[in-house]
Amino acid sequence: MGLDIRWPIGLMFSLVGLLMAIFGFATKNDSEMYARSLHINVNLIWGIILLLFGAFMLFMAMRQKNTPAGPGEK
Amino acid sequence: MHVQLAWPDYFILLAYTGFVIGIGFALRKYLKSSSDFLTSGRSIPTWVTGLAFISANLGALELVGMAASGAKYGIATSHFYWVGAIPAMVFLAIFMMPFYYGSKARSVPEYLKLRFDERVRALNAVAFAVMTVFASGISMNALAKLLNQLLGWNYHVALWICSGVVLLYVLKGGLTSAIYTEVLQFFMIVLGFAPVVYLGLKDVGGWGAMNQTLQGVAANPGALHLKEAGTTYASNAWSSAWQPLLAGPANNPMGVDWFAMVFGLGFVLSFGYWCTNFLVVQRAMAARNMTAARNTPLVAAVPKMLFPILVIVPGMIAVALTSMPNKGYRIPPPIISDQVYASAAQVVKTAGTLEPAAAFHAVSDAIGKKMDQQKVAALVQNAATLQDDQIKQGLYDAVAEYDYDGVILSLVKKYCPTGLLGLALTALLASFMSGMAGNVTAFNTVWTYDLYQAYIAPKKSDQHYFWMGQAATVVGILVSILTAYFASRYNNAMDIIQLVFGFVNAPLFATFLLGMFWARCTGTGAFLGLFGGIGTSALFHALTLAAGNAPGVKGGYLGVLKTFPSEMAQNFWLATFAFLACFGLTLGISLVTRRTKTNEELKGLVYSLTPKIKDQDAPWCLRPAVVGTVLILACIILNIIFW
Repeated sequence: MGLDIRWPIGLMFSLVGLLMAIFGFATKNDSEMYARSLHINVNLIWGIILLLFGAFMLFMAMRQKNTPAGPGEK
Repeated sequence: MHVQLAWPDYFILLAYTGFVIGIGFALRKYLKSSSDFLTSGRSIPTWVTGLAFISANLGALELVGMAASGAKYGIATSHFYWVGAIPAMVFLAIFMMPFYYGSKARSVPEYLKLRFDERVRALNAVAFAVMTVFASGISMNALAKLLNQLLGWNYHVALWICSGVVLLYVLKGGLTSAIYTEVLQFFMIVLGFAPVVYLGLKDVGGWGAMNQTLQGVAANPGALHLKEAGTTYASNAWSSAWQPLLAGPANNPMGVDWFAMVFGLGFVLSFGYWCTNFLVVQRAMAARNMTAARNTPLVAAVPKMLFPILVIVPGMIAVALTSMPNKGYRIPPPIISDQVYASAAQVVKTAGTLEPAAAFHAVSDAIGKKMDQQKVAALVQNAATLQDDQIKQGLYDAVAEYDYDGVILSLVKKYCPTGLLGLALTALLASFMSGMAGNVTAFNTVWTYDLYQAYIAPKKSDQHYFWMGQAATVVGILVSILTAYFASRYNNAMDIIQLVFGFVNAPLFATFLLGMFWARCTGTGAFLGLFGGIGTSALFHALTLAAGNAPGVKGGYLGVLKTFPSEMAQNFWLATFAFLACFGLTLGISLVTRRTKTNEELKGLVYSLTPKIKDQDAPWCLRPAVVGTVLILACIILNIIFW
């Protein structure tokens, strides 16, 4: 129905993941802040995971676009 | 005690809000008719309907309620998934979906009209419409309460803004927009809460250490005020799913016997919910073809089976943490206003001159809750050396009651630094919005097609119904806001939702079972049976009570014939009785009334009169029956692992 939902999902998680990763990198020496999360820099790690997930969604959406009659699409 | 958000948190929150509203606007141009708006024109791929299928159910009920139940009852809460949801979803996919999808009905009540008659449809449509706004209101109330607790946001502003966002994207993009955003919300919820669960588990020392700690809690639940002092549960009360259950109602925190669990929850309530509730069935009916419709609940069952990790484990973590004094954590107490804390702090300061027992009573009365005697005594003794803030914290720690609905949120507060905090909070918002959008889209369809078009204004133009669908969306959201204010008076949303589902859904499954599998079942039988079932629910509720409750809203207002060990046991037995009453009445009345529909008319509506679907185009390993069997086996294995 017109819109492939993987585009907004991919874009949103890439954006959010990128921001979290950058923020995590910038605050990597802030041990007071990460005391909460058991001294793990969750922003950096989880940001990268979200970014990868977002990129994967975008990749799937792009692949579908190039082959309009791909599997699952009739 | 409020958590302050920083710009990265707001950025994530705004990005999410922007995207869900954007999806609504992007889909606006595809909406041409009422069916595009209300049924999304049967055009959506399977993986999307599958994820929307569980996401629509993933509102307050799941995140807040299941974590609350995880804390109260431990891993046995997973019976809602492994005994309840999964078998019901497989049954829906294999046996019931062909009738819903194949009959071309636009809603569950419309199927009832085709199969029986207008009366059954009207009864179901009205009951369902009331139930959806009720469920939606409970969800909104929970959300606003949490935002108020966590961020200090105004309850009313939070309620109206979140409703406003849902209204905007549902109004713009209709059911398609609700389903698409539900998929986005699904990923948001999973990816937003997974790190919190991971951090919590790591903090309590991993799965094994957590179970060890919970065994200590079960041996002496009185120490945490989870039960009267001096009583005890079996050591695996929180950490085993079946053993405490088989040991009888006195040995598990749920207070439920195994029959009520397997028949009441597993069969009646779960099948009633997953197989007949239009909220979820609507997602499958929006699929693009029969195979996609049947696969929708099966796709949904896979993540559903794993959800206990995300929603029940946090509750167990919270109980384990509460029993570890060095972690500085407690399950939050019921909300008490700052003024009450301040005046109680004054009492603490002056109570030093009183007898210990009198001092304890004075402080308890000032707070208005059950208090921990030792903690209050220590506080009173040290009052002279403490700051006001410390006294307030001491009082907070000494409250011996729990607001279990606050569990999820208190863990987010404990473990999330800026950044992750925004993500987890957004996940929370996403879950409430998906629940609300699910209810609203189901409500507007049932209202427009099954009540308005059927009884109030038939034979109008499609544009008129399109307009009415949009109007119903607005009204539905307004009514659920009202319901939210009503629901703000109750403590554990889960028990109340179960009760409402018990009234409406429990008898309904009997009607569907007989209707779909017995051609002789008549409209009069179904109608009176349904009425009898709902009546039985109400009567049962009026005559029974759960231990510890006063007669009134919780039941027993016509006299107490039977007292159950817990509200959950009361609900499961209520469902069982309602189902049996409806089944018996429908069967009996059908036998003495005349059939009004011929075999020809019932083709495609009743199992024995419908040609069997041969899934020959799909490879054998992807046929619904095969996939369903694999899912059931996986479910049995999970039950054995956590036995």
